Amino acid sequence: MQSPANDLLTKTETAQASANRTPVIALAGQPNVGKSTIFNILTGLNQHVGNWPGKTVERKTGTCEHLGRALTVVDLPGAYSLTANSVEERIARDYIIQDRPDVVVAVVDAAILERSLYLVAELLLLPAPVILVLNMIDVAEQEGIKVEPQVLQAALGIPVIPMCATRGRGIHALLDTVQALIGGNLEYRPRRPTILPNHEMILAELVRRIAPHVPDRYPVDWVALKLLEGDSEITTQMQETLPNDVWEQVHATLYEHEDAILDIAGARYGWIERMVRAAVERPKVGQMGLTARLDKVLTHPIWGMAVLLAVLGGVFWLTYSIGVPLQTWLSDVLDRLAMVAGQALAEAPGWLSALATDGIIGGAGMVVTFLPILIVFFTVLAFLEDTGYMARIAYLTDRFMHAMGLHGKSFIPLLLGFGCNVPAILGTRIIETRRARGLTILLAPLVPCTARIAVVAVLAPVFFGNRAGLVVWVLVTGSLIALALLGIILHRFILRGEQVAFIMELPLYHLPNLRTIGLYIWQNTVAFLKKAGTIILLVSIVVWVFSYFPNGVVSESYLARAGKWLEPVGQWMGLSWELITALLTSFIAKENTIATLGVLYGDYETVLPTVLSPAGALAFLTTQILFIPCVATVATIKQEAGTKWMIASLFLMLGLSLGAGIGVYQLGVLLGL
Amino acid sequence: MVPISQLQAGQQGYVRALHGGRGFVARLAALGFTPGAPVTMVRNPGFGPVIVSIRGTQIALGRGEAHHVLVMQNGREHAVAG
Repeated sequence: MQSPANDLLTKTETAQASANRTPVIALAGQPNVGKSTIFNILTGLNQHVGNWPGKTVERKTGTCEHLGRALTVVDLPGAYSLTANSVEERIARDYIIQDRPDVVVAVVDAAILERSLYLVAELLLLPAPVILVLNMIDVAEQEGIKVEPQVLQAALGIPVIPMCATRGRGIHALLDTVQALIGGNLEYRPRRPTILPNHEMILAELVRRIAPHVPDRYPVDWVALKLLEGDSEITTQMQETLPNDVWEQVHATLYEHEDAILDIAGARYGWIERMVRAAVERPKVGQMGLTARLDKVLTHPIWGMAVLLAVLGGVFWLTYSIGVPLQTWLSDVLDRLAMVAGQALAEAPGWLSALATDGIIGGAGMVVTFLPILIVFFTVLAFLEDTGYMARIAYLTDRFMHAMGLHGKSFIPLLLGFGCNVPAILGTRIIETRRARGLTILLAPLVPCTARIAVVAVLAPVFFGNRAGLVVWVLVTGSLIALALLGIILHRFILRGEQVAFIMELPLYHLPNLRTIGLYIWQNTVAFLKKAGTIILLVSIVVWVFSYFPNGVVSESYLARAGKWLEPVGQWMGLSWELITALLTSFIAKENTIATLGVLYGDYETVLPTVLSPAGALAFLTTQILFIPCVATVATIKQEAGTKWMIASLFLMLGLSLGAGIGVYQLGVLLGL
Repeated sequence: MVPISQLQAGQQGYVRALHGGRGFVARLAALGFTPGAPVTMVRNPGFGPVIVSIRGTQIALGRGEAHHVLVMQNGREHAVAG
């Protein structure tokens, strides 16, 4: 379907380009083909993680050296095709068209060759030479599939490198080939996919009409094909670029062939079948691969759920048996450090010593004590994702998440919120679409974390004696019901629109690569410390300032004044200014509520029941468990989703907690509590 | 022609048509749901999402999505995973 005009990558041109700058290779591939493992092996710690300009998608670049020559490696986001179906797919194709990498390394999974060659069929239409990496040869063999790289290479006319990246095999051959191609020492004659004969005429007509108007960097044939495929981005772009009369004609043609995408995709798969026919040997009928055998249990509606519950139990056990003791130990160390600092500053003014011990060490301590739980969490997440089990969790839990317009993929982050909301927010990265991710982020703080539950568990017996257990249970269950209701409301009425279909590939199971997992934990932990950590520390110090100044006494501080100023609001739910202030300090860390009550009331366990009616107590606990999340969570929301989502979350939680508090109090009063 | 959601585990069919918006059709087409492609039902518990096998991969589809994939059933039963 491509005219020779697309063959602009003559050897000389590529060679010239590379003489002036470090050659750039772009890694492209579908999700789950082992692309990030290859990227990690190539670049090691010489990598930079940022975001694609204006997007929330992670952008990884790095450098590597081979035979004394440096190479820049760009990891393109995982994409199934190059149609504008997702942000990832847009980024990948825009990069190849606009930035023109010297080589595109297309990574495919040997075990699912047909499906993963679809992207290659599209890549071959873009102006950059393609090297095919046939990864996961070992996984394919374990599933009973054999692929002959030479046969495939002969069929496709592009270099094909067999690889087993998890064991580091094939990397050297890949780098040799990259350099040979860049140096112009390798013949590159790709066979490109064809389309149906009747579409060729339509395509030729489209090309003739749009050719004079297409911006220089875009291959005209490619633009015409994308128009015919109904690609939303290219269609909008062309509608803006083309003169009105031309657009009218083009539009009429496209309208007539509205379902061309099915035939085009079908023709590509037909082409793929011809390419792989001689190269692939499949298992005999009835022979079952490892994945099929495992999935007999793991995706079973009953046994699968049982295994899932066991796995989740294991995750909690790990968090509590490793993460929490380490966290306790770290905070003990920090307490001692604070004491030492306090003694060292005994001579200094009171505010300085308080700033050092409560403000700085307290704030930094918050950040540091999150680390053990975060590291356990990242490890678990990497293992679940890298082995392929995460997709099964999403499948099994999808039906429960459906009512909220979410997929199974939102389940894991929300569940981990019980441990701590910070990893819950970070964990939403596995959700592909912006809307679903935003919705999950808004809902995550409604999962009561350990600290919130602890505060409620400490205070409930003060008011309700031996019925405290019931009260805590009602509050936790109530939070989850609120989460479900809010999810349904947000989904139905507010975040409507792009309802995303649940279409998810279940990757083959494979052993994870420890190096990739190690790098994943390292990068995410460092990123948390750098970004969220700094904000948490700063905000902690600022809030500390408000709770200390002007006199060094909490009850006379600016924070207490704010509490008094808010007392009218408090009255609607039967709360005194002390209780409002305690709520405000819980913004730094949920545990602060109890510390503040201790400062303001002295022996709060005796005083509180005398100043607060049961209705007020219920209202206070309700507000406490639903109140705006702690600063660490808020900072993480800002880092992950941006300021808009953070503000939305703050107002949502503030409105919800106060509303629920007022509702509970008024209802309690009505019932005579 | 029946929606794929009506196939029982182990039953086979051929994709005939996809109903839905452009984005939906394009996504499924890229995953290999093109007319004529053989597809086998792997998991269909009667509610919630289904798992189908197409072009050598297993794809989970929400029940709503599965209603929009129409297949021609070919009757023969195959022993497959699940």
